[in-house]
Amino acid sequence: MKLNELTAHELLDLIKTKKETAASIFSAVKRAIDALDKKINAYAHISEKPIESTDSSKENPIPIAIKDNICIKDYLTTCSSHILEGFKPPYNATVVNKLLDSGALITGHANMDEFAFGSSTETSFFGPTRNPWNLECVPGGSSGGSAAAVAANEAIWALGSDTGGSIRQPASFCGVVGLKPTYGRVSRYGLIAFASSLDQIGPLTKDVEDSALLLNLISGHDEMDSTSANLSVPDYAKALTGDIRNLKIGIPKEYFIEGIDPEVKTNIMEAIEVLKKKGAQFKEISLPHTEYAVATYYILATAEASSNLARFDGVEYGLRCHPKEKRRTPIIDMYEETRRQGFGQEAKRRIMLGTYSLSSGYYDAYYLRAQKVRTLIKNDFDEAFKEFDAILTPTSPTTAFKIGEKASDPLSMYLSDIYTISANLAGIPALSLPCGFSKDGLPIGLQVMAKPFDEEMIFRVAHTYEQNTDWHKKKVTL
Amino acid sequence: MKQYETVIGLEVHLQLSTQTKIFCGCSTEFGKDPNSQTCPICLGLPGTLPVLNKKVLESAIKIGLALNCKINSLVKFDRKNYYYPDLPKAYQISQYDFPIAHTGYLNVKTGDETKKLGITRAHMEEDAGKLIHDPAIKSSLVDYNRTGTPLVEIVSEPDMRSPQEAYDYLTTLKLHMQYLDVSDCDMEKGSLRCDANVSIREEGQTKLGTKAELKNLNSFKAVKSALEFEVARQIKLAESGERIVQETRLWDESKQITISMRSKEEAHDYRYFPEPDLVPFMVEKEDIKNVRTTLPESPSKKQDRFIKNYKLSTYDVDVLVQDRKISDFFEECVKEYNQPKKICNWIIGPLLQEINSNEKGISNDRLSGINLVAPTAKTFTDLIIKVEDGTISNLVGKSVLTSMLDRGKTSAEIIKEQNLAQVSDEGALEEIVATVIAENSKIVEQIKSGKESAIGFLVGQSMKKTQGKANPKKIGEMIKRRILND
Repeated sequence: MKLNELTAHELLDLIKTKKETAASIFSAVKRAIDALDKKINAYAHISEKPIESTDSSKENPIPIAIKDNICIKDYLTTCSSHILEGFKPPYNATVVNKLLDSGALITGHANMDEFAFGSSTETSFFGPTRNPWNLECVPGGSSGGSAAAVAANEAIWALGSDTGGSIRQPASFCGVVGLKPTYGRVSRYGLIAFASSLDQIGPLTKDVEDSALLLNLISGHDEMDSTSANLSVPDYAKALTGDIRNLKIGIPKEYFIEGIDPEVKTNIMEAIEVLKKKGAQFKEISLPHTEYAVATYYILATAEASSNLARFDGVEYGLRCHPKEKRRTPIIDMYEETRRQGFGQEAKRRIMLGTYSLSSGYYDAYYLRAQKVRTLIKNDFDEAFKEFDAILTPTSPTTAFKIGEKASDPLSMYLSDIYTISANLAGIPALSLPCGFSKDGLPIGLQVMAKPFDEEMIFRVAHTYEQNTDWHKKKVTL
Repeated sequence: MKQYETVIGLEVHLQLSTQTKIFCGCSTEFGKDPNSQTCPICLGLPGTLPVLNKKVLESAIKIGLALNCKINSLVKFDRKNYYYPDLPKAYQISQYDFPIAHTGYLNVKTGDETKKLGITRAHMEEDAGKLIHDPAIKSSLVDYNRTGTPLVEIVSEPDMRSPQEAYDYLTTLKLHMQYLDVSDCDMEKGSLRCDANVSIREEGQTKLGTKAELKNLNSFKAVKSALEFEVARQIKLAESGERIVQETRLWDESKQITISMRSKEEAHDYRYFPEPDLVPFMVEKEDIKNVRTTLPESPSKKQDRFIKNYKLSTYDVDVLVQDRKISDFFEECVKEYNQPKKICNWIIGPLLQEINSNEKGISNDRLSGINLVAPTAKTFTDLIIKVEDGTISNLVGKSVLTSMLDRGKTSAEIIKEQNLAQVSDEGALEEIVATVIAENSKIVEQIKSGKESAIGFLVGQSMKKTQGKANPKKIGEMIKRRILND
């Protein structure tokens, strides 16, 4: 097997026993990028040399792709949008500092849906990323570049961001492990915000153990982020016990209704059987407000996005455009033309939706009401976790769809996140891991959720499942 | 003609004098090179996040308590969204539905009465940057140094009934804020800014009339003048049967008029919503109590105490209390030298004259002025004692003070250096007295014929000849003796 096809924990063993060097590992990954990325387009910006810190601990020299919305000092960070053309932040995101301190070798910025708006990575200014399992299919999104890079062995690890499923859904589509940590577990400082109250950075990896290792590196309180939790962080590697005896796991009935692909359903049911055999107890539960999650999410997320994206106005950085003829005042003309040319269709759609729901006269009916429903959804989970240790669901109702299939139908695209959005609204951690393949050879994802700050429970369940199945060992052939 | 009542409410923005900005660690120092006091956070660069400066919260609570407000224990921020090049995030972090303080009042002396003027609310927010319009390069430049400087906006009730009352409210508010030491309150530097809402209504009406919001008011005098102009304009409209429209109007200082800037229809929809980057939190009752214990004595309490303890006149006390540092200085001086009236006279006379005159290069702002001047209670009372014990004359005392303030030396040093000690020795004054008597025979005759008051003129002449060093009392005695005993 090639070095770039190994997991980080396998590579770290090779380094510890001096069988391999950091340089040879990076070279293997770089060769894969050079050979494959013209086809896959997993990267928005590829670094010729590893981005690294000279005074790091050198303990984790793992090649890692960083989603294009996480700031890397003096390196193009563009949210895969035209409007951030040429933008090189003068600072590192907190997670980037933590990774560099640990010795990580950054390979570049992974492609994404523009500003993380999408579930297919088709809205990137740099063109769509392709699914390594089937190049005609989308990799999911918005962290589609991150998921595809890991699946195609163009990176050992990747960081993504998840606002409504943007780590988990592409992990599901690309057959890798993707975790959205609890809101507040990982610092958002340096993550270019989509929806600040929902965004969370998380790992995309080849297996559960790597997910735990990477979460160890990026978690923890950050004084630069008031929303990061001031709580101690456990060693997540210790959660991988393989013991799930007597754990109570809930299966929410609202996640298995119409719209779910029968193949997906079958695979989830089989996964439940695997876990039952290892001693977990399953029971059907109800999360009664599930049906409102998508509507609630699209009001709150777009409202926050409309404000977060207002700063891209051509004044300080990025793209600046002027119209050919004078329309209003010079400054308003510049704002309008810059944003007209700089943002893609989906970004414009979401900015307009959000602006509308925050407008005077509509605020109470939309934004305020959505906030109240969000509380109800959170209460559903609080209730469930009083009795259950974890909740198991499919990650997405379908496997990866064809490029272009949903691009002109935003509503059906939004429904692709129907199972993932609730975790963001409730702030709870959730992970997607491979649990089978469709007859077309496309990966299917299993989602494990737990109560806030109990990522250990998720790792315990997911790791046990993984140890008793072989899905994660199946490799892409390209 | 109908009688109209004027209704005024003021919105005051106070820039807090904290060392660092409200959401980042940048310095708030005024007058530095453009964009030198910035960081990714106050520049609003993508991905950055705000973290609240706790000192700002403390100052805001102080302000709320000093204005007799209720303090909201829930600290919550909101975003106010609008586009302007001096606002790098295109939203201002402010407080919308939970201002840190609300429902208070300020007692304001206006004319012969003291009015209790309502305070609606006071809230924390961040300041914007500054645009510099440079005609030479046909474009505008932006300086983000001020971006993120902490502000507290204090909104009054529409309780003022004349431009003069508004003026008195502002001076009283400024005085109270200076006492709290939370802001420079300097309109020239923009650390105190004021917008005014004004409407008129027929006498006896209780419903508010249609208001105009006045902006670009760059001094307290401008506030008063603009309000006077606006009231007259609105009355004229009402008298001629025209409708007053709700609008924002700009004060044109050079033309002394207000001009329409935008109508209500053109007003922004700020789309306020809770700031998701700052988690709301509770202030403990205990913390509010602790802040309360740090509040200084209010100017009005100090006034009462000075009258009672030091037996000073209302006028004297008014002047002393106008400035917290001056009044503190007065009390320090009294501890050194227990002569309150004499010290008061020296402060509100020579000392304030010196501080207020620009000739010495001393700032007109008396707060910073007294810092530059640097007399200590010890050096200042030493000077007064030297005048009282006759070491120097009153006149020389004033010039010694001038030198002290200019050069920061003690009175003893200056007296020695310039040989200014008062001459009381008769032997040394003999010659001067003889000369003055010889040169003014007419006056001498008048004195001889009983007009003793004319002695004063001769004393004055003698003082002139000694550059004020002679002991005038001694000279007077000597002249009297010489002429009348002859």
